[in-house]
Amino acid sequence: MLKELFHATGQLVRFILRRDRVRIPIWIVAIVLTTLTVAVALPGLYPTEQERQILAETMRNPAITSMLGPAYGIDNYTIGAMMAHEMLLFSALTVGIMSILLVTRHTRQDEESGRDEMIRSLPVGRLAHITAALLVVSLVNVILGALVGFSLYGLGIESMDLHGSLLYGAVLAVSGIFFAALTALAAQLAETSRGTLGLAFGALIVAYLVRAVGDVSSEPLALLSPLGLVLRTQVYVNNTWWPVVVTLIAGFVVGAFALYLNSSRDLGAGLIPARPGRKFASKFLLSPVGLVLRLQRTAIISWAIGMFVLAASYGSVFGDIESFFSNSELMQLLLPMTEGHALTEQFLTVVMAVLSMLSAIPAVLTVLRLKAEENANRIEPLLARAVSRPSLAGSYLVTAVMAAVVMQLLTALGFWSLTATVMDEPFSFSLILRAALVYIPAIWVMVGVAALLIGCKPRHASFAWFYLGYSFFVIYFGGLLRIPEWLKILTPFGNVPQLPVEEIHWLSLVVLTLAAAILMAFGLRGYRQRDVYG
Amino acid sequence: MSIITVRNLTKRFGNFTALNGIDLDVKQGEVFGFIGPNGAGKSTAIRILLGILKATGGEAKIFGKDVWHDAVEIHRRIAYVPGDVNLWPNLTGGEVIDLLVRLRGASHRSRREEFIERFDLDPTKKCATYSKGNRQKVALIAAFASDAELYILDEPTSGLDPLMERVFQECIAEVKAQGKTVFLSSHILSEVERLCDRVSIIRQGKIIETGSLQELRHLTRTNVVVQTARSIPSLAEMEGVHDLQETERGLSFQVDAEQLGDVIAYISQYDIISLECAPPTLEDLFLHHYEEAGGAESC
Repeated sequence: MLKELFHATGQLVRFILRRDRVRIPIWIVAIVLTTLTVAVALPGLYPTEQERQILAETMRNPAITSMLGPAYGIDNYTIGAMMAHEMLLFSALTVGIMSILLVTRHTRQDEESGRDEMIRSLPVGRLAHITAALLVVSLVNVILGALVGFSLYGLGIESMDLHGSLLYGAVLAVSGIFFAALTALAAQLAETSRGTLGLAFGALIVAYLVRAVGDVSSEPLALLSPLGLVLRTQVYVNNTWWPVVVTLIAGFVVGAFALYLNSSRDLGAGLIPARPGRKFASKFLLSPVGLVLRLQRTAIISWAIGMFVLAASYGSVFGDIESFFSNSELMQLLLPMTEGHALTEQFLTVVMAVLSMLSAIPAVLTVLRLKAEENANRIEPLLARAVSRPSLAGSYLVTAVMAAVVMQLLTALGFWSLTATVMDEPFSFSLILRAALVYIPAIWVMVGVAALLIGCKPRHASFAWFYLGYSFFVIYFGGLLRIPEWLKILTPFGNVPQLPVEEIHWLSLVVLTLAAAILMAFGLRGYRQRDVYG
Repeated sequence: MSIITVRNLTKRFGNFTALNGIDLDVKQGEVFGFIGPNGAGKSTAIRILLGILKATGGEAKIFGKDVWHDAVEIHRRIAYVPGDVNLWPNLTGGEVIDLLVRLRGASHRSRREEFIERFDLDPTKKCATYSKGNRQKVALIAAFASDAELYILDEPTSGLDPLMERVFQECIAEVKAQGKTVFLSSHILSEVERLCDRVSIIRQGKIIETGSLQELRHLTRTNVVVQTARSIPSLAEMEGVHDLQETERGLSFQVDAEQLGDVIAYISQYDIISLECAPPTLEDLFLHHYEEAGGAESC
């Protein structure tokens, strides 16, 4: 019976590899190349031991800890320690995102579309498909880890030995495997692939937050998060393996539980049941804008709550930062010193930039929904009615533009609510509000880019995510990796005046807003002229 | 010999009872029709037969094996075509056919080619570009190209053009000639009428009628259109006569099966000029049951 449950798993593994023969190599190559690029650049950025020690001093501060994880090996801050401290957490997050997307694609998405039903009518074990998906994604993670490990060692950087490099790769592999298993579990709980993605990404964000707060204030709390756990490996310094083993075991347990739930539920059903809805459409729904708002309602509300919590969590570490800064003399590489501003204000600008880029995600998601609807053949029935293309596409844009404002308002509110309680000299609400709202035009530019892609290059609409990822990388690591200024100008987020450290610069805000408007206009024009596929 | 045996099968989703104790017997070599309105429980029953849904109660067996526990064993010998075929957008039709055939076991390249030709499918196109009918063909080709003993088809011709529907019917006839069994769920009654030896009618999770078309016809009325030289008095008052109407072709009415002899004897006294007697179609049968069971509530 047990063997029967997994019958034909091998064939499905080959089938999944066939389906993702392009997707998987792209993920692997992108992650390996990014890692190697940073590793190659670091020795040039901090060539002398003295420079590295200066950086090490700044690493002690809780603001950095909340963003990168706890510093270690500070006494002798080698390139290896620096690499692991600065890159490991974000590489693990990226690998987690990859695993979540791949597993959802081969579990709930296939089931939702009815394709799984056809597979299950064949002599295929009940658990074969989900097991095959987990095997493939685990394999991808192992290959990725091995490639990263060996190629880091292959760079021949003195402090990056084989042992440490392999551990670095192993951390990525087990993080990926853990989130793959967690996604398989989410796919049992939710009834749709959107729901699965929501649950899995929610878990990833919670893991990041628990780690951030835990790293700053409570070690046991940090250990509860898989992302916190894997940072305890102290790669290239102490090379501790037990967190890798624990994460792997946790992954297996979660995966086994997902298989158990899968075997005991009906195909197509989720464990979180769907509730009956309204009998009649509300008046509100009966227009394109109403439809878009209704479709994106859950996503926007969940993101708004998420942004509030995220901003509040960042706010919670500001008390520690304040006391740290008031006690510390040696500063400042990540946050270049500006006369007359408290260091907490400088960290505020970094946090706001990061949160704003996260706020851009729901806005971009809203625009890309237009493409997702087209893929699902749900645009055709709308355009067949008396609905013009610009008004339909425009409804998505309007919703996205409003979503950006809502997200930033909640970010400001969440951030203010905790900084006001933990800081001795809290920021005023109006200062926080201005620091948050100033990013709205930049988010609109991201919305515009997504709109332009959908209008003119619909096949490559997901390029918007690459652009946002690029922005994130450049802004987040700008100081640490000494990224040249012109690379920052290429992203809208690099052109935003950093309140309150910098003066408000109206011209750049007007230019950003205009750029967003032009991008959207061209997007709408392209959408009006191109073929709509369904 | 029974291929499918279902006894008192029940399936509940939460509070909703989708199947309420159904019984089915499908014998070897027959084409069995499973008909009923939308939402009657046809697909739920089929999914239980496929071991995809787990029954709440009762028992379901195919080839004498339990559909849930021995699913893999059973699936080696059956072929399934869903009514709403969704395929992997970035694979070609040919690739999907190969996958589906291969997962079942042996592959028959020549038969694959034969059916691709008969159904007139271009197997080199990506599934994303297929129309609904073409996706349906992919599933049908994959089913017929593999060596199955039982074919479970859930509204398999939805989206097919009439020509392809004819090809499908030929395929079913061939399969039947080989002594194989077909379980065909449908609401295209002409199709069921043409193909099926026996049918079960399901409504609101219950089987309300089972039998050969011959048997079921006894349960319903014959359509009669008659022209007579002299007018027939008080026909409407006769027992078993319904729906009496004056039409261009003469008097049209329906007669209960039991009274048919008496009624014909009665009208023959009035010099019949022409007489058309049509056996009830499956559609009549279906509507008959539908109305009787209070169809209004589901409208």
